[in-house]
Amino acid sequence: MSETNNRIKWGMVIDLDRCTGCGACVTACQAENNVPLIDAKGFAQGRNLHWLRIERYWEGTFPHVRARFLPMLCQHCSDAPCEPVCPVYASYHNPEGLNGQVYNRCVGTRYCANNCPYAVRVFNFFNPEWPQPLDQQLSPDVSVRCRGVMEKCSFCIQRIRGAKETAKLENRSVADGEVQPACAQTCPPGVIVFGNLNDPDSHVARLARSPRRLRLLEDLGTEPSVIYLKGGGHEYVG
Amino acid sequence: MSTSAEAVRNAVRQNAEMLSSMERPRWRWYLLAFLLGAVVAFGLYAFTVQVTTGMVVTGINRPVMWGMYIINFVFWVGLSHSGTMVSAILRLSHAGWRRPILRGAEAMTVFSITVGGLFPLIHLGRNWVFYYMLPYPTQYGLWPNFRSPLLWDMMAINTYIIGSSIFLYVGMLPDLALVRDRSSSWKRLVFAALALGWRGTAQQWRAFAKASTMLAALIIPVAVSVHSIVAWDFAVTLVPGWHSTIFAPYFVIGAITSGVAVVITLMIIIRKAFRLEEYLTPLHFDNMGKLLLAVTLLWSYFYFADVLTTWYGHEPIEWEVFSFMASKYGVLLLIMLLGNTLLPIPLLCIKKVRRSIPAMLGITLMVNVAMFTERFLIIVPSLSHKNIPFVWGSYFPSWVELAITAAAFAGFALLYTLFSRFFPIVAVTDVREQTELLKAEHQLGRTRLDTLVEEE
Repeated sequence: MSETNNRIKWGMVIDLDRCTGCGACVTACQAENNVPLIDAKGFAQGRNLHWLRIERYWEGTFPHVRARFLPMLCQHCSDAPCEPVCPVYASYHNPEGLNGQVYNRCVGTRYCANNCPYAVRVFNFFNPEWPQPLDQQLSPDVSVRCRGVMEKCSFCIQRIRGAKETAKLENRSVADGEVQPACAQTCPPGVIVFGNLNDPDSHVARLARSPRRLRLLEDLGTEPSVIYLKGGGHEYVG
Repeated sequence: MSTSAEAVRNAVRQNAEMLSSMERPRWRWYLLAFLLGAVVAFGLYAFTVQVTTGMVVTGINRPVMWGMYIINFVFWVGLSHSGTMVSAILRLSHAGWRRPILRGAEAMTVFSITVGGLFPLIHLGRNWVFYYMLPYPTQYGLWPNFRSPLLWDMMAINTYIIGSSIFLYVGMLPDLALVRDRSSSWKRLVFAALALGWRGTAQQWRAFAKASTMLAALIIPVAVSVHSIVAWDFAVTLVPGWHSTIFAPYFVIGAITSGVAVVITLMIIIRKAFRLEEYLTPLHFDNMGKLLLAVTLLWSYFYFADVLTTWYGHEPIEWEVFSFMASKYGVLLLIMLLGNTLLPIPLLCIKKVRRSIPAMLGITLMVNVAMFTERFLIIVPSLSHKNIPFVWGSYFPSWVELAITAAAFAGFALLYTLFSRFFPIVAVTDVREQTELLKAEHQLGRTRLDTLVEEE
């Protein structure tokens, strides 16, 4: 991969042992990225637009049941299956390891969504609408997507861009921890850590070297940039 | 001299019989065209609803992002396969019995690929910017992504539409000239233009024979590649159940199966509608039945090979797709297996069945219902149960998708109805060539010899 030689490769560590499944990240993501609201019916039909979702799995048999939470978002794969299948380059790879999505270029073949093994790509079935007064709180940094295009987690690229511009004005490089996606910023137990994986001293890179590390569906060879941490130990359900 | 006069009279009668479909239509033709047109119009209305409201009017959801439209696409491209392919293979192998079938099969190809080619466009979330997928120079300096199988699709389908249209048109040239000579006023002018100055000189016939053979040889690889590429839309992905190396040949065989079946169905309809019993005999159905039997056997073999390896490997994610298919879509699975394998194989082994027109009509319709079901079972279960169990789902088409599907069938039938009304639906030249060969007595010095050609 060319991006291993790059100065920056954005990545994320999610500590599953800390996650309480509260869903604050989901709300933060929705507010930050102008994700339209979908009603219960649309949700039941699988038309929701969450860029980040908490997957809840049950482990064990009653009464020894335990809920496991898995925050799932675009894994920003280094070898992303969604990218080559797009006929119009709406899904592309940026030099800093991000999986970009060009809304204006997307024609809506939905091929990328089929080929994404993590099922994190969502499709705009509806025209985007916000009930009063939510239409007043739209983020000016994020474009609103029209019906018929795909979208997904961007690692809050507007915040990355903002931090880089500030750093450039001050003639320095982006410091570790300077960029925080909305989900990481909101998470009460501090599950989500974001940063530059190619800087060995960054918080995210140090956590990524943990023996508890795992990446989802690693056998598919997609090389995700999201690393999960999960231990056995006291979490074990007997 | 009287014999030659009789031969000419005979030839004229045959021409008239085979071109009878182009005579002034009866009210029933208008009624049929009107009904088909009405169904197409309703489909257009449904499409308008989809474009103005959004994909929410379809049954598409996450995770099943592809539905009825892609099923239709694969089905129609599959149908288109055989017309040209059957015609080309039979032409190259000099099967004499092909002659009355040729034109109907080739026209079928052109119309079904046209219908099929529309579906990827109908299926887009933003149909109005479909041209982003075309390689045209823009101020963005952007080309489409040549790594995407959808782009391969577009190229392959356009090639096939152009190739099969040329194949149909070139094969029709002498017949167009025949129609020109038999018509008057404006019709004569139109057909004179279409016939490209065909005079029937020896040199023209020589060029014609060479061109038909060459086109037949060239169109076969195109046909195979088209359906392989459709298969690679699925096989090159990471989706469990799709990611299979057998898909390309399996799809090609599936396409030929449904194509051969629909050619037989159309033969039966044309024979009945235009009273061509003399030219489309039970012998033709017998031979086509054998061809159908062969491809059905091949299809069953490929299906078995695909399922066997999955079952034996029992890789959990992939096996989940198959067990979900059997539990949720068990009825469809049964329809597919009965219609594609269990019923047609034993039935087509019986000569009496192959030579019985109603039985063949039943079998060929059944095969195509089963093939449509097969496309559904390839696309929907795999998407429903992909790698992440949290977003498992299922799919049922909405009225919009069903209306557009019905419009596709009606549109195909309408194109065919119009074509058979305005163009010679039976390849007069080819049929006459055969009958002349069969009846001719050759003058060799002072003796007359019967021809040695025999009907296969």
